[in-house]
Amino acid sequence: MDWSPIWLTLRLAAITTAVLLVIGLPVAYWLAKGRSVFKLVIEAVITMPLVLPPSVLGFYLLIAFSPQRGLGLWLQQHFNIQFVFSFEGLVLASVIYSMPFMIGPVKSALQQLPSSLAQASYTLGKTELQTFIKVLLPNIRASLLTAIVLTFAHTLGEFGVVLMIGGNIPNVTKVASIAIYDSVENMDYATANSYSLFLFAVTFLIVMAVFIFNKRTAKIPLE
Amino acid sequence: MIIIDIEKKLRAYEGHKLLKVNTEIAPNSITSVTGPSGAGKTTLLKMIAGLTTPEKGRIIVNNEIWLDAGTRINLSPQKRKTGFVFQGYALFPNMTVKQHLEYATTDQEWTNELLHFAKLETLANHKPEYLSGGQQQRLAIIRALAVKPQLMLMDEPFSALDMEMRQELIVQLKVLLQRFDTTCLIVTHNPYELEALTGNTIHIS
Repeated sequence: MDWSPIWLTLRLAAITTAVLLVIGLPVAYWLAKGRSVFKLVIEAVITMPLVLPPSVLGFYLLIAFSPQRGLGLWLQQHFNIQFVFSFEGLVLASVIYSMPFMIGPVKSALQQLPSSLAQASYTLGKTELQTFIKVLLPNIRASLLTAIVLTFAHTLGEFGVVLMIGGNIPNVTKVASIAIYDSVENMDYATANSYSLFLFAVTFLIVMAVFIFNKRTAKIPLE
Repeated sequence: MIIIDIEKKLRAYEGHKLLKVNTEIAPNSITSVTGPSGAGKTTLLKMIAGLTTPEKGRIIVNNEIWLDAGTRINLSPQKRKTGFVFQGYALFPNMTVKQHLEYATTDQEWTNELLHFAKLETLANHKPEYLSGGQQQRLAIIRALAVKPQLMLMDEPFSALDMEMRQELIVQLKVLLQRFDTTCLIVTHNPYELEALTGNTIHIS
């Protein structure tokens, strides 16, 4: 069996999760703080990949980053970056596609913390950033872990969006889910089964680990 | 001298009502704030701490302007650094008793003194969920004291303590407040429990 699709899938999932941690935490914090029409619109856009067919997202990304014109051409000329049929493109698409899985749980958990926790920290002279890192984040640990794992697991299972923007290039964009499709197309059921079994086992273990961890630590936050 | 002259619209069951407070508080005094539920006692404390902003008015503490709606001066809660004891304690579930104090102050000696004051030395490494209601309340009080505030704002700070502990704590608290020249406002629904402690009363109706 060729292990490169598995390796590529794990690499994509890890990088996507890391990028989303960096982007997702501040955005979730910002969304959890107060309400406005603008925030509502942004939240709707972030949540859309949950219900939108992945091929729609993939199609628009393909159009947007096509190196023949517009943004894609500009990126190609100025930064020599090509998002279509490249690993970078897969990362970009995965980040957009998995965004609700990172931001959703973190945002709800932050909203459920009593506002007096942050207020108490402010009266002790601590800044918003200090409060976020030392008080808020540690108290939503279980939700944060769920978000990280869901993002990782969801990226493992991507198919449509990856196929649209990345195609099927070995070692570059041929991730496990596409390798399965490719094997079935070629009537190679044994290889398809190997990849499928691997994804099945990994996903089960990851989700199980979250359940075990959260059962032990998730408790109602004290006021 | 602390001058408070503020107005804020409060949301009520039907429409709005106006919270209006105009008072002067002598330095180093202890004042109780009384009034019926929903009158705005907690909101008053939050406005003084900078956690809520009134529509009109000014707050001047020891000649420093903390809030002036007219000139748009509004110091952040971090700059006001009031010692705030929240009604629900607002303890940090992720921190032990000692970590609560170390988060507020780097002065180790002061931390130990506070632990002794609240009789929490033996529980220093426990998280709030393992403390009784009274112990949690004492932790909330010493966490607020940890920053050595010039103004202490306490929202029903003794409600979970038994009579004996309450009396003892009140006497000790008075000594600490005097030591650091701290002015103190205490919200209570039962002004009699604070008779031994407070000098003046602000009644919000």
